[in-house]
Amino acid sequence: MRIRRAVILGIGGVAGAAAFALGLGGWRTRNRSQSGADLLPLPFADMSFSLTDQRGNMVRPEDWIGRPTMVFFGFTWCPDVCPTTLSDISGWLEELGTDADRLNVAMITVDPERDTTEVLGDYLSHFDPRIIGLTGTLEEIERAASGFRARFEKLARDDDYTMNHTAGVFLFRSDGGFASIIDYHEDRRFAVPKIRRAIG
Amino acid sequence: MKITVFTALILTLASPTLACETVTSGEMTIENAWSRATIGANRPAVFYVAITNAGSSGDALIGIATPAASMPMLHQTVVTEDIASMPHAMSIPIAAGQSVQLAPGGYHGMLMGLTEALKVGDNFPMTLTFQNAGDITINVEVLSIRAEGPDCESDGQ
Ligand SMILES: [Cu+2]
Repeated sequence: MRIRRAVILGIGGVAGAAAFALGLGGWRTRNRSQSGADLLPLPFADMSFSLTDQRGNMVRPEDWIGRPTMVFFGFTWCPDVCPTTLSDISGWLEELGTDADRLNVAMITVDPERDTTEVLGDYLSHFDPRIIGLTGTLEEIERAASGFRARFEKLARDDDYTMNHTAGVFLFRSDGGFASIIDYHEDRRFAVPKIRRAIG
Repeated sequence: MKITVFTALILTLASPTLACETVTSGEMTIENAWSRATIGANRPAVFYVAITNAGSSGDALIGIATPAASMPMLHQTVVTEDIASMPHAMSIPIAAGQSVQLAPGGYHGMLMGLTEALKVGDNFPMTLTFQNAGDITINVEVLSIRAEGPDCESDGQ
């Protein structure tokens, strides 16, 4: 997949930073007036990527078919959004109790430069042990983002960089079909029932 | 029942001590200053606080400074069309009679260039600079990386 240059207008513009976008999974080339169904995450059977978890295991989307699955995109260098999402998810899993043992739960990094398997393992050790962290080549992460219709972009910032990325948590049924999205920082009163519905 | 579980979780993650301190200077009250532990000193840390302006004129938080980090700045997490970004906040308005929270998922202090890793139980001073109220310093308590905030509701309510 070719790396595209693009700018998300109205986002990150305050910093005035030069935005240089990484692959945006083909999302941006789509006409937004097309039918909404076109923008829904694909079923796992139609996705194609190969990533590595923090324990060194290779993970492909077809591995997730057979169990309900929860996936989100993030990066460990962000002190606000990602710990909040991980903390939310850890709380949901705790509330679901043993039902959560049947779930695949994965964070896919959008910052493979810094988020190696080792870094992910270190970071995730502070959260619910059922959450796995996935990294890989930029190309594979773009392929994953494309399947989820997720987006991410790298922004230069103060001699460093930060990542903008899709913030919602994706839920899939055990047949591998997309179920729903839990919005960023959504109240657990809504989040936990959504997960229960996906578990079925 | 669910609320009980949630409260119990928070209690185990946050200690109701330093982060519950209140500093008042003139019409400005600052409280619930907390941060999250970091893994190493290379990653940026975060700073959260609640600010209340009891005065009759508006003010604004225009900067933060701390010996804990060489490059602290104000950010605002914004989620637009489900994309999370965190642009700089040049100035955070604190309207007359209003409270503003720097809290997970919104305004936050972003502490780049950490002097050392932040560990649970550590604390460090943070000086907040207001357009009108000037400088006010508060102690920031470092909570768990999983913390969503200090539990300070024990007195009163
Ligand atoms: Cu920030």
